[in-house]
Amino acid sequence: MGKSLVSNNIRKLRFNHNEMTQQQLADQVGVTRQTIVAIENEKYSPTLELAFRIALVFSLPLEEIFSFAEKT
Amino acid sequence: MYYIEYIVFVIINLTVNKHRLGEMNMSFQEKKIIVSLCTTVLIFILYTINVFQTYQDRSLDPTETFKFWAAAILILIPIAIVAKLIIHIIFSIINTIATKEKEPKFADELDKLIGLKALRNSHFVFVLGFLLSISSLVLDMSPSVMFIILFFSGFLSEVAGNVTQLYMYRRGV
Repeated sequence: MGKSLVSNNIRKLRFNHNEMTQQQLADQVGVTRQTIVAIENEKYSPTLELAFRIALVFSLPLEEIFSFAEKT
Repeated sequence: MYYIEYIVFVIINLTVNKHRLGEMNMSFQEKKIIVSLCTTVLIFILYTINVFQTYQDRSLDPTETFKFWAAAILILIPIAIVAKLIIHIIFSIINTIATKEKEPKFADELDKLIGLKALRNSHFVFVLGFLLSISSLVLDMSPSVMFIILFFSGFLSEVAGNVTQLYMYRRGV
């Protein structure tokens, strides 16, 4: 629980995509807005399927959206 | 009728009080869980008071004791379901009017994951209560004690499930 090891830049990407709202992204990937909020705040690591759906929306490879920071 | 007024008051406070909402930034799911938790506690308190008063008024022999407690637990189930359904509808209506936020029409992967974890914790609490209740029989306590522990463990398991959900929605999975 708490902060996830998977970080992302969805908030920035949304802003660069015509200031897309969380609700718009949620509708496009088929989840609730609450889930997008949890992913952006790094409180939840999405499933691989959802991660790919988000990548498809932004037309970017997965690693440009999500990154993994191992604990030291 | 006081408890219905109280529930409506809680719902209005959760939805209409925008200042508090702004501070806490609560989602629909979180508000729904809080309403569910309040409903569970209220139904349980009222029903328990009613059952214990009936129990004290009657002088039951051992066979009737089993029947009484079994009936008390069985009656609670439909009462809780109907009450929760009514309160959930009232909450949805008030919330939609107050915040213009629509209820999510489906449960996504986060909701399902949190639901499953809450169910796991809820079952764990209930199994502990069940073991405690049968231990009371081993320790030669009366059957009423077993049923009372079972009754309380059912309530605590419901609360544990709700608290787990609330915690995970706020702190993350």
